[in-house]
Amino acid sequence: MLLTENLLFAEWLDVVMLSRIQFALTIMFHYLFPPLTIGMGVVLVYLEAQYLRTREAIYEEAARFWTKIFAVNFAIGVATGIVMEFEFGTNWATYSRFVGDVFGSALAAEGIFAFFLESGFLAVLVFGWDKVSPGFHFFAALMVSLGSIFSSIWITVANSWQQTPAGHHIVPIMRDGQPWVINGEVIRRAEITDFWAMVFNPSTVHRLIHVWLGCFILGAAFVMSISAWYLLKNKHRDFAERSFTGGLWLATISSLAMLVSGHFQAHNVYETQPAKLAAFEAHFKTGPADMSIIGWPDSESETINGNLAIPGGLSMLLFNDPDATVIGLDQFREEDRPPVAIPFFSYHIMIAIGMFFIAITLLATFLRFRNTLFSHRWLMWTFVFAVIPAFIANEAGWVAAEVGRQPWIVYPPFEQTESGERLINDAGQFVYDEEGGLRTTKAVSQAITAEQVVGSIIMFTAIYMLLFVIWVYVLHQKIQKGPESVSQEVTTDKPGAIGAATARVEHRESLTDAKEQH
Amino acid sequence: MDLNLIWFVLLGILLAGYAILDGFDLGVGILHPLARSDEERRLVMGSIGPIWDGNEVWLVTFGGALFAAFPEAYATIFSAFYTPFMLLLFCLIFRGVSLEFRSKVSSAQWRNLWDYAFFGSSLIASFLFGVTTANGLLGIPLNERGEFIGGIHDLLRPYPILIGLLTVAMFALHGGLYLHLKTEGGTQRLFYRWIWHAWGLYLVLWNLATMYTLAEIPRATANFNHAPWAMGIVLINVLAMANIPRCIYYKSIGQAFISSSLGIACQVALVGIALFPNLVTASNDPANSLTIYNAASSQKTLTIMLIIAAIGMPAVISYTTVVYWTFRGKVTEDIYGH
Repeated sequence: MLLTENLLFAEWLDVVMLSRIQFALTIMFHYLFPPLTIGMGVVLVYLEAQYLRTREAIYEEAARFWTKIFAVNFAIGVATGIVMEFEFGTNWATYSRFVGDVFGSALAAEGIFAFFLESGFLAVLVFGWDKVSPGFHFFAALMVSLGSIFSSIWITVANSWQQTPAGHHIVPIMRDGQPWVINGEVIRRAEITDFWAMVFNPSTVHRLIHVWLGCFILGAAFVMSISAWYLLKNKHRDFAERSFTGGLWLATISSLAMLVSGHFQAHNVYETQPAKLAAFEAHFKTGPADMSIIGWPDSESETINGNLAIPGGLSMLLFNDPDATVIGLDQFREEDRPPVAIPFFSYHIMIAIGMFFIAITLLATFLRFRNTLFSHRWLMWTFVFAVIPAFIANEAGWVAAEVGRQPWIVYPPFEQTESGERLINDAGQFVYDEEGGLRTTKAVSQAITAEQVVGSIIMFTAIYMLLFVIWVYVLHQKIQKGPESVSQEVTTDKPGAIGAATARVEHRESLTDAKEQH
Repeated sequence: MDLNLIWFVLLGILLAGYAILDGFDLGVGILHPLARSDEERRLVMGSIGPIWDGNEVWLVTFGGALFAAFPEAYATIFSAFYTPFMLLLFCLIFRGVSLEFRSKVSSAQWRNLWDYAFFGSSLIASFLFGVTTANGLLGIPLNERGEFIGGIHDLLRPYPILIGLLTVAMFALHGGLYLHLKTEGGTQRLFYRWIWHAWGLYLVLWNLATMYTLAEIPRATANFNHAPWAMGIVLINVLAMANIPRCIYYKSIGQAFISSSLGIACQVALVGIALFPNLVTASNDPANSLTIYNAASSQKTLTIMLIIAAIGMPAVISYTTVVYWTFRGKVTEDIYGH
């Protein structure tokens, strides 16, 4: 085939690499939306609760406006989310056979507990303004928000199990009471032994908190971005100030909490996946470790070019001692080492953005207390654009976590000595229990060809570029239009025959369409 | 009844739920170009506006449950049907997007584009569901490891194409009945005519498919020997089918819709009975087939999932009911328009 011949110049571009590119493309595009809906869901629940409590029209206006924006984000999140469920089977069939017994129950729980909840109540949230009581509408907002949080729990559980597997054992698949052997090779898979140990595997809680905080910061940054824009344009002032203040609270608390979470997260990664943390910091040689601030790691020479670092910083972070020994990449066999450049950069970008958010939210909170916040135009402009780094930080964190896990798709345990210490071989390196995990190179489907994957990548790229343009365009339109005054709506809706007719106008064309024609 | 069988049945229920619920959504998409004006097209799309997303969740959950309960079958099916499933994904994405974004720009070309996207993606998705099911009945070549060893030409055979068309007609009829229930006046009269056409097409294809199946696929009825009660399902299916034109004639469309739903459920059940105990039949060597026993997760996982389902399903059913109840009644013209 012509296509394969053209691709041959890049021999590494095989089904494995192409499938990784496909997965990275589709999951990274998808992941623009879920954190946004999780974060905004919290804001919506807050606004509806305020409305229930105070019955002030401004809260209803705000809730209606943010619901419309929320629904646009949600729609694309749903449309792009189903892709991953297919890809586990289409491209990563061998992986699915290996992890299905463990991973599957988390995925099934996500479907039953989260997706139905979200999609069912979303209809009420978007279309139900005039159909259900404010109390029930609040309940719908709460359920949608809860559904998206449930969803994040189960998917993080499943991913964390891949990072730090627990609650399972690796056993031969049995056929007719005998281990299944093909060409002399015993076919094995992971089977669950303890559901709750699987759910609360060593990294789940740390990672889940980290993910949630990232979502809250992004959701808040999104709300603040649009509100800051209105304030700069001197439109919808009352609405924008309240929305901004609500977002600021969430962002400030979450950013500070993120500092604590990040600290625990780094400890957890070091304990469970030391090779990953070594890649994050480009810590090539075992010994006292610096904390790099800016630099360009070079795996060939095992140095960081142009390195500006806090001497002993990483040792300090992990052991409160700048001279403490930190495991470096040299303690891993070459074939067991993750790549360095991508984890290093994504990790550092994420941290830099986290620090940036701590700085701007603290400053804004301080100015808010002095009642001068909204007159600092430069800071408002900063918040208009701050949503972009918030997106990048969420993506970068996942890139660091996933690429840092390589070359494994399911991270294997270390071989241990009889006393439970990590076994060290003659070369002074750790040895993984290869059968306890799964290499990414061995995880892809056997039944597919590179052409098929290339074809799908081209299609996904085209569709997602189109979707992205539409998303930005539709958001732009809704933002231009702004929130609508609820009291006005009531007066235009009431009189005569039109009022009687509108009483029956319930569902508009689509989920995102409702209630915007007024 | 062992756990494996319970999960086989539960998957059947999820699939039937999906086929009934998203079936009318897809049918609405297939009939969408018949609407004569922009207003009418808005109405057609609006009839499924609040619920299509929830209906699609049945498919997502079916996929997740298949992955969890029978990972070997999930892996084999999804990698074997790589290209059709990628196409299916693109259809599902386009369908969702066209439903959500058609009305966002007031330009005739923009709307035209999404009208075509909505129609095309609904049509192709329905067809692909039929093709996949028929290939399941025919079997596909598998190696000893249960990996698909054929190519795309092993999937696009005459029988799958026939079943693909049958599925399109079945969903068009189902969607037409739904639209009749949700509309009034001229629009309702328009779809009344098309219900008859859809039913005629469905009847012809159903007869062809039944003859083909009985003549060429002996395993489709082989299990009837062990399970004579399966004849009861055939009987219900035929009665439900026959009841549809009667109800259309007497304009009791609600009853026709229920009959159509029942017919779809019966057909999913018959496919399940035909497959049993296989999930994926190896056409080259029966020993390589993936059954509900050799493709399953451990008994422990099946138990855990059963607990999850027992907790989750009553909740799902109750709030699905609440949502449908909230949005009951006719979809009416949006007098504001654009």
